[in-house]
Amino acid sequence: MIELKGVEKRFGSNHVLRGVDLSIASGTSMVIIGGSGTGKSVLLKCILGLVHHDAGQITLDGQDVTTGDRDEFLARFGMLFQGGALFDSLRIWENVAFRLMRGALKKPKAEAREIAIEKLRRVGLGPQVADLYPAELSGGMQKRVGLARAIAANPEVIFFDEPTTGLDPIMSGVINDLIREIVVEMGATAMTITHDMTSVRAIADNVAMLHGGKVRWTGPVSELDSTPDPYVQQFIHGRAEGPIESVR
Amino acid sequence: MSLLSPVAALGRMTLGMLASFGRVAIFAADVVSHLLRPPFYPREFLQALMQIGWFSLPVVGMTALFTGGALALQIYAGGARFSAEAVVPAIVAIGMARELGPVLGGLMVAARVASSIAAEIGTMKVTEQIDALVTLSTNPLKYLAVPRVLAATLAVPVLVAVGDSIGIMGGWIVGVQRLGFNSAAYIKNTVDFLEMWDITSGLLKGAAFGFLVALMGCYHGMNSGRGAQGVGKATKSAVVSASVLIFAANYLLTELFFS
Ligand SMILES: Nc1ncnc2c1ncn2[C@@H]1O[C@H](COP(=O)(O)OP(=O)(O)O)[C@@H](O)[C@H]1O
Ligand SMILES: [Mg+2]
Repeated sequence: MIELKGVEKRFGSNHVLRGVDLSIASGTSMVIIGGSGTGKSVLLKCILGLVHHDAGQITLDGQDVTTGDRDEFLARFGMLFQGGALFDSLRIWENVAFRLMRGALKKPKAEAREIAIEKLRRVGLGPQVADLYPAELSGGMQKRVGLARAIAANPEVIFFDEPTTGLDPIMSGVINDLIREIVVEMGATAMTITHDMTSVRAIADNVAMLHGGKVRWTGPVSELDSTPDPYVQQFIHGRAEGPIESVR
Repeated sequence: MSLLSPVAALGRMTLGMLASFGRVAIFAADVVSHLLRPPFYPREFLQALMQIGWFSLPVVGMTALFTGGALALQIYAGGARFSAEAVVPAIVAIGMARELGPVLGGLMVAARVASSIAAEIGTMKVTEQIDALVTLSTNPLKYLAVPRVLAATLAVPVLVAVGDSIGIMGGWIVGVQRLGFNSAAYIKNTVDFLEMWDITSGLLKGAAFGFLVALMGCYHGMNSGRGAQGVGKATKSAVVSASVLIFAANYLLTELFFS
């Protein structure tokens, strides 16, 4: 269970998060939607402690995320970054197996490589990419390698920052299925940021819409279409006219 | 008001500088405190050693060769004013070993290494690779900074030793080819006058300069601003601060060693 209460974050004069309240039950899939620049990525980074929130409280299973053992905490997480964030000095398989080759989860090299290749297969990449470097792959391929890295150590909680942006529709479908599978089969808790309404419907148990630094609306995905909230309606139908300003 | 504003600006600048000195000192202490604590990253260390040590050899060697040659010409010309041309071998050797070898070697490494470390780590920062390291339970300071700082601290003295030898050789070439010294006498003169401490003190300086160069590269890289502009600024700051710190440290160490 991840709970956020009144989380605030500002960068200088830019007041990005203005009191976010949200809770994500274990083993469920939460999808965050909202215009670009509304602080969705910052929100995930606050939970992971990569960005320190200024006010409010974030707890994981009742424990404040800013206290307690950091290594133990992070070992439960996997994260796909918006830009992939692959290590460009390492080969693809070494990126995927990064966590498996050091620290508490250290495995023999051959085994780590095998797991990496299996995870790459799950994101639709063949073994021939394993020995390439990130710069030799297209943006969409890098994104999928990032996804493979995020799930490599079978984490309990996985964050996906725009997992299908830059992918073709078929590959998006593969990734949506994969995320759903990870939640259903592995019982993981997932938080996904996406702008793609197809993904939202394929991945989400619950949806939260971030707007103006707060959670504007949250509820089960089945209620997404029937909610009268004009912000949500504008967003999911992609209308230029509505309460959300198009110049932000 | 407007009369005082330059004073206020000066004050702000001083405070800003003091604050960044403090941050650098904390960063340095952090790096040093992690040197002996596991986990260690031998692969990253060896890579850094290659990058910093091996690939800097040509540029350090060339710098030393030309400097040694020029030094021989200058000392010959200066010595001729009071018929002391014979001091050329000894002064070239002492000058190279104590001052020019470590300082010029350090500066060349600052240009080559501080910049590339800052650009590499800065790019990692702006592309979220540093954040990714953290989420993969790896301390970026330990994984990125410690191997590089250790490698530079060990590699630069070796570079300085090589530079010293090549510089002295440069002096010998000019001495024998251009200034009419007898080759054997030149070498004997060099060996007779050069003391062990001349060399060791230069190597110790080299270690200090190597530490500073890598530290500045890592510090500015990890604190890089956002975007390509941020990385550019980090790279520039790394080279400038490493160079200035080399001169400052050189003066302090010279005071410490020789006065
Ligand atoms: N490290 C940072 N420093 C300063 N501003 C930041 C930083 N990270 C994000 N921001 C700002 O916070 C806002 C939200 O960013 P982000 O969470 O990336 O948006 P999105 O919802 O598209 O993911 C943006 O205005 C961005 O400029
Ligand atoms: Mg984002």
